[in-house]
Amino acid sequence: MALFYAFIAIIRRDLLLAVRRRSEIANPLLFFILVITLFPLGIGAQPHLLQAIAPGIIWVSALLAAMLSLDSLFRSDFDDGSLEQILLSPYPASILVLAKIIAHWLVTGLPLLIVAPLLAVFLGMPTQSLGVLLLTLLLGTPVLSLIGAIGVALTVGLRRGGMILSLLVLPLYVPVLIFAGNAVEMAGSGLPVDAQINILISILCLSLVLAPWPTAAALKMSVN
Amino acid sequence: MFLIPNAVVRFFHRMASPPHFYAFTDKVMPWLMIIFVLLTGFGLYGGLYLAPSDYQQGDSYRIIYIHVPSAWMSLFIYMVMAISGAIGLVWRIKLAEIVAISSAPIGASFTFIALFTGSLWGKPMWGTWWVWDARLTSELILLFLYLGVIGLYGAIDDKRVASKAVAILALVGVVNIPIIHYSVEWWNTLHQGPTVTKMDKPSIHISMLIPLLLMALSFKFYYLIALIQRIRIELLKRERNAQWVKAKVVEQH
Repeated sequence: MALFYAFIAIIRRDLLLAVRRRSEIANPLLFFILVITLFPLGIGAQPHLLQAIAPGIIWVSALLAAMLSLDSLFRSDFDDGSLEQILLSPYPASILVLAKIIAHWLVTGLPLLIVAPLLAVFLGMPTQSLGVLLLTLLLGTPVLSLIGAIGVALTVGLRRGGMILSLLVLPLYVPVLIFAGNAVEMAGSGLPVDAQINILISILCLSLVLAPWPTAAALKMSVN
Repeated sequence: MFLIPNAVVRFFHRMASPPHFYAFTDKVMPWLMIIFVLLTGFGLYGGLYLAPSDYQQGDSYRIIYIHVPSAWMSLFIYMVMAISGAIGLVWRIKLAEIVAISSAPIGASFTFIALFTGSLWGKPMWGTWWVWDARLTSELILLFLYLGVIGLYGAIDDKRVASKAVAILALVGVVNIPIIHYSVEWWNTLHQGPTVTKMDKPSIHISMLIPLLLMALSFKFYYLIALIQRIRIELLKRERNAQWVKAKVVEQH
């Protein structure tokens, strides 16, 4: 029971900190919107072309936004020493780390879901695929946070971890991108997407169970 | 430690100590070289000269003797890297950590060679340097995983910490490689363009198969040689303040 309270306490603390520093919520969101705006400017505004590549654009942008927001996951805690306190606590580090990841997803991942339909309409995506887009984002962005946490935990001790983080994390994002992008595309042409959704669910379950372990191990190594 | 003969256990314990490893590899290296040269000689002679040319592809199929063994090695070395990384994490054996990190550049090179020869082979066969074929794409992602490992090791100054980080990353990669591979395969079957990229593979003739296996074995030996050389250099670097390294330096002069 005490573990559960610690878990909730960490989520509450991180959410409170995020509310006090609102730019942390706004930045990934603005980045997401900006990148999607750049695509029509770069490749031309033909509605057919945009409609065809809309699922890919939205998902790649979500991927990049999730990756850029990762740095804030452990950075401030690492700098002020609270990360060491978390690791020193009597509770299993992987569970507490999971709480931090969940809080981080609520702050940076969930807002993407709110603006995604708007952007989908910008790109002229068919309305029947909006629901599937939201569902894939709901299932996929937590995976991005979970896998990304491993990368951040490995690089949090470095002064210039930004570039190396993308090299570590982006290849591991490939399965999510493939299944989510494909599900949205299929939904657009009115085909069933059960298979993709099921696979996304299983990837989510797998990373929920497995990702906190290496994250905690890597954090212990980084704090050292 | 039951079931494993005592002598074997003692051998591995001694190999984990840097001076012993250094002295032992000094003795083994010439033999490894001889085996490698023989295997490569026979393999290339069999592959490039004895084996008949393919009825469809003519002589250009012969790149298989470089391409396929490299592709095998690219996966094999990643497994070695992850396993030795795990051993280093669990038992804190310095040598296992060095094996893991020394494997990374060799594995990356083999992956690159597999991709490069694949695109050379693809040009006459498929009419294009690159197709987004499932195997090509997952090989490319494997290359990125290798580069991530090398980059992470380079970015961390304390090399003992860096080795641990690399081991964790390699283990995460091992869990992900099958998922990435199947997702790419699945993606490919759905996005398959009009070009037919999948060659239906005729069962390979024995006169072509034997050189291929010889080359695969010779690549394994090449890896062993390159790995040992890298380990020796890394050992000298890390242990430069140890007595046995100083003794070695005095001996050389």
